[in-house]
Amino acid sequence: MAYTEQEILAGLAEIVSEETGLPTDSVLPEKSFTDDLDIDSLSMMTIVTLAEEKFDVRIPDDEVKNLATVGDAVTYITGAQS
Amino acid sequence: MSTVPEVVVTGLGATTPLGGDVPSTWRAALAGESGARPMDNDWATTYEIGVNFAAQLRVPPSEVLPRPEIKRMDPSSQYAIIAAREAWADAGAPEVDGDRLGSVVSSGIGGIWTTLDGWDTLREKGGRRVLPMTVPMLMPNSATAYVSLELGARAGAHAVVSACATGAEAIGYAADMIRAGRADIVVAGGTEAVIHPMPIAAFAASRTLSTRNDDPAGASRPYDVDRDGFVIGEGAGVVVLESAAHAAARGARVYARLAGVGLSADGYHITSPDPSGGGQVRAMRSALADAGVAARDVVHVNAHATSTVVGDLIEARSIREALGDEADHAVLSATKSMTGHLLGGAGALETIFTVLALHDRLAPPTINVANPDPELVLDLVRDTPRALPAGQVAAVNNSFGFGGHNVALVVTSV
Repeated sequence: MAYTEQEILAGLAEIVSEETGLPTDSVLPEKSFTDDLDIDSLSMMTIVTLAEEKFDVRIPDDEVKNLATVGDAVTYITGAQS
Repeated sequence: MSTVPEVVVTGLGATTPLGGDVPSTWRAALAGESGARPMDNDWATTYEIGVNFAAQLRVPPSEVLPRPEIKRMDPSSQYAIIAAREAWADAGAPEVDGDRLGSVVSSGIGGIWTTLDGWDTLREKGGRRVLPMTVPMLMPNSATAYVSLELGARAGAHAVVSACATGAEAIGYAADMIRAGRADIVVAGGTEAVIHPMPIAAFAASRTLSTRNDDPAGASRPYDVDRDGFVIGEGAGVVVLESAAHAAARGARVYARLAGVGLSADGYHITSPDPSGGGQVRAMRSALADAGVAARDVVHVNAHATSTVVGDLIEARSIREALGDEADHAVLSATKSMTGHLLGGAGALETIFTVLALHDRLAPPTINVANPDPELVLDLVRDTPRALPAGQVAAVNNSFGFGGHNVALVVTSV
């Protein structure tokens, strides 16, 4: 079953919040992972790994550098769902 | 001409089966409380381990640390960072030059929870599900690295590993860093988090654990004729060591001097102590010589004394041999009777007990000794604390580990 964009955003917010301690409602589509949420490359890979599991998708390493914002990740995961 | 700096203890921190910090742990130790409790899980029966109790932390890290820190650190590092924060605050959180500040916070075993969780994930879900933080969480230098990061300690972040002597050896190494002029102040100690069925099964297999399942609080009984092995524990102890000149310049409160370090190896057996006690005697004698302390000035010994059948008596005889007839003037405490055996954390916590014993002039008790072994050749402090004499006196903390590691630290009063 496919997740809606809203569900993906909510799920990502939970993962990011667990990783960073930021409140889930601060994880908004326009936020940049590095500039706004202060997420380093190790944390980013953790978030990717947890997101792959949660949404049952594959996010290749080459794609991760294109995911600048939370919205980018939501869009990618939405499209990657079979 | 340069002189060797004197090393003093200016900060203490711990999280233990007796309490979430040093004051509560020390109060419980003086009161003769046991930290051993039945485990709130069914490992013992599920896995046929045969041991269903342990000395678990009194205050879980989840009550102290924010969630992201819990996720980024193996429990062994969580315990260390809790103890290090207390020790640093206790030392007055001094403004220091990071290039002259070091960290030596070690673990005997390292991040075994992370290692085993990663293996479970790999087998159940595949390699892509293993989290990238796994390596920095499982590596045995993780705790000292986190302490170094937190405090900006850049004179060196070391992890010395010597099984159950780890915590004491870390403190000895830290003292040597200061005496060698490589740092002015070093945060040092030990940590362990192995209350997990696999390591408990492994220790049980080596027949070193007590199986007194019907009486956890009475299971650790060093020097009692009915001792049957140690109680596995968890936790961390961390001290702040400082050159006496550095401490004086900032007006720091000084608990005691860390005056002597003695290290030796048995070269005898991978798990059994040398029955002659030769390695232990050499460690104690070299620590006393290093401190410039005569045997007659030693008023207190915190024994390694894990409550194993042979180990405790070998140590007692070694202490008598190292101190000679002057051993009559020293009292012996075996605090693992209360804390259980914190493995890599043990030597650090017991150094803290030794420092506080001299500072408060009170030797902590040894509990559960209903029938002292008739072969015990020392004056054991039982049930209630014993007053220590006033004046310039010294105490010894012993820590020994699988692999034949022997560490003796000499602490002197200020």
